[in-house]
Amino acid sequence: MQKVFGRPEALTEAPTHYCPGCTHGIVHRILAEVIDELGVRERTVGVVPVGCAVFAYYYFNCDMIEASHGRAPAVATGVKRVLPGNVVFSYQGDGDLASIGTAEIVHAAARGENITVIFINNAIYGMTGGQMAPTTLPGQKTTTSPSGRDTARAGYPIRVCEMLSTLDGASYIARVSCTSPANVARAKRAVKRAFEVQLSGSGFSLVEFLSSCPTNWGMTPIDALRWIDEKMSAYYPLGEYKVPEGARQGA
Amino acid sequence: MLEEVIIAGFGGQGVMVMGYLLAYAAMREGKNVSWIPSYGPEMRGGTANCSVVISRDSEVASPIVSEPTTLIAMNRPSLDKFERMLVPGGLLVVNASLVDREPERRDIDILKVPANDIANELGNMRVANMVVLGAFVARRGCVEPASVIGSLEKVLPPHHHDLIPLNEEAFARGAGLASLRPSMQP
Amino acid sequence: MAGGLANKASTDKVLMKGNEAIAEAAIRGGCRFFFGYPITPQNEIPEYMSRRLPEVGGVYLQAESEVAAINMVYGAAAAGARVMTSSSSPGISLKQEGLSYIAACELPCVVVNMMRGGPGLGGIQPSQSDYFQATKGGGHGDYHLIVFGPASVQEAADITCEAFSIADYYRNPVMILGDGALGQMMEPVEFRPVEEPELPPKTWATTGARGRRPNIITSLELEPALLEELNRRLAAKYEKIKRELVRFDTYKLEDAHWAIVAYGMMARVARAAVDKARARGIRAGLFRPISLFPFPYDSLARVAEQVRAFLTVEMSMGQMVEDVKLAVLGKRPVHFYGRTGGVVPTAQEILQALERIIQNEAPQNANGAWQKEGDAGAEGFWATGGFN
Repeated sequence: MQKVFGRPEALTEAPTHYCPGCTHGIVHRILAEVIDELGVRERTVGVVPVGCAVFAYYYFNCDMIEASHGRAPAVATGVKRVLPGNVVFSYQGDGDLASIGTAEIVHAAARGENITVIFINNAIYGMTGGQMAPTTLPGQKTTTSPSGRDTARAGYPIRVCEMLSTLDGASYIARVSCTSPANVARAKRAVKRAFEVQLSGSGFSLVEFLSSCPTNWGMTPIDALRWIDEKMSAYYPLGEYKVPEGARQGA
Repeated sequence: MLEEVIIAGFGGQGVMVMGYLLAYAAMREGKNVSWIPSYGPEMRGGTANCSVVISRDSEVASPIVSEPTTLIAMNRPSLDKFERMLVPGGLLVVNASLVDREPERRDIDILKVPANDIANELGNMRVANMVVLGAFVARRGCVEPASVIGSLEKVLPPHHHDLIPLNEEAFARGAGLASLRPSMQP
Repeated sequence: MAGGLANKASTDKVLMKGNEAIAEAAIRGGCRFFFGYPITPQNEIPEYMSRRLPEVGGVYLQAESEVAAINMVYGAAAAGARVMTSSSSPGISLKQEGLSYIAACELPCVVVNMMRGGPGLGGIQPSQSDYFQATKGGGHGDYHLIVFGPASVQEAADITCEAFSIADYYRNPVMILGDGALGQMMEPVEFRPVEEPELPPKTWATTGARGRRPNIITSLELEPALLEELNRRLAAKYEKIKRELVRFDTYKLEDAHWAIVAYGMMARVARAAVDKARARGIRAGLFRPISLFPFPYDSLARVAEQVRAFLTVEMSMGQMVEDVKLAVLGKRPVHFYGRTGGVVPTAQEILQALERIIQNEAPQNANGAWQKEGDAGAEGFWATGGFN
């Protein structure tokens, strides 16, 4: 009998702690499938953040490091400089990457650090209970913007892909979502391309996932995915923002 | 023998390399020695100084000199700043070409060296520092002149090695200005 | 126990700045990765590394901040490399979070702090006011760095070279705690052949799970019992370090009635003060801790059996003096003299402080209280210690 669906080798058998309806699980699976398909599991080192994915080292079946809040790109840099032949990725949320770790992500990209960053943008601080994130949309209600994000007081969201695309060191930058099978397929192609960019030594690659947080958004999982398609994707357009010369188009 | 020297002047007068040469010469002779520059923003302000401590008998205590036995003042601000710190009986070497005032201290040995004028005669203003160093070494005898000359190729970068003969000549001219008068200090 | 202060020079030595000697010694000690950020007065270390590391197949990287630099160290150490960073006081403050993670994950690395005057932005002249931060943990949580306070360029080079194998052996960050003067001064230095102890392979390193189970490097543990277990394991390691790594030096202490305690640059000046005191017939001696964590409590306690009083001298308002008091445990008075902000006490000042102690050393002063005496002639912070 042919096996048509199974657990990727790059995922452990540990049950994840993510909330029902959260898309972290889909992103983990995409990442693991890409690692398997590229045959790099035994030379991959992952760096995980402080945030909802803090325990991701239990879920990926490869060498893993837990970084302090926001510093995953710096930690990944240290690993990659020592082990340039290895595949190094960081997995970071929006608070981690776009708030406390802004300097680290910008400079890792500016250096053209040959690492891959998986950026989970769910427009909220999930682990700490739904506070305003640097990517919280204008008007979006959170526990620290109870009347909705007031841009006059709290400023504007940061569009990470657009910002990093301006840097010469950034090689591959894409924004994807997991709101439909088609989007999941596109997301996987983007992640694979990001890893291929790293394997070819072309420099910094980042894939931003517009991700759902039904728990802290106060929505059903289905409504949350709809909100990504209708609201988040409007502010954060999907697509490839930067592709190295010669790489294929059309994610 | 304990010689604690402050060498001070404008940036570009070669005060750091004077100290470096002196320290290198002392090291060659197996003496205990330390060299420390002034560092930080004052380096950018156009004045520079370094301190050299040479001790024959015991290890160098602090490299930071607060009571110099010798002050080498390559310009007027250096004399103004450090003259009062000299120990009684200490040596003041002044670059008489640039320092336009008389020293105030009467309890010290004073050696006036027209360093820039001599360097001009030699055709290169940049060896004024070597004229002064020659005079100082001849006066104090804290290191052998040969040790200083022998250190030139270690201290000067290779692309300046063609200037070593000129440096030697400047050093000799300075040495000719002073007779040995070791420290009046105990 | 290490040897004396700066050694007799000879022609096979080179004249080098302390910062440069530390950098060269690190490379000889196997360091191949350096992550740093500019700050005075330690810039010669990154500058030297940027020049030399590529020559030996290593990597120098200027990070975007001290915070990033220490986390790059964390990653490189996790990957199994010999790695170093250096900074000065304000920059070292920024590295504290990373150091806590590194210590918690038991990763080996070497960190140099060329101390400058604080607090805040402070100045750039030499200071010893980061002693507490260096020896008591610095960042959050129950952890320690191994800390050495070298007193000469030669000793700084020797200890830095050895620090990498010490870090590997104990799987613990090692700090070289110097000051601006040590970093900036040139002294004759000789690079001696390195003796590497037998070290276990780094089977814990995250180098890729090739034919083995994945390695995980983390300091997160939400289960209190398990986190306590980590702390107990760390504490046991620190106890082992206390038994095995204590280093100190003494000078004319054998027949001394008065012991001066000082480390690093300050100990050199204190040594000159001992000579000045001896010239006046005062039987003074010097106790110089070389390892600051572990601190030589027991050895100093034995000195208390012999001397009448202690004088601790620091370029701070009084930090190591607390460890001296812990060592002496009230058996003898412990006095303090310090200068701060970049001022280095002179041998003459130390001698004056000692003479005052000798004059005042009478039972009525032994009331356990600390007093600040605004005595004319002494510009430094001056405190008499009782039997506390």
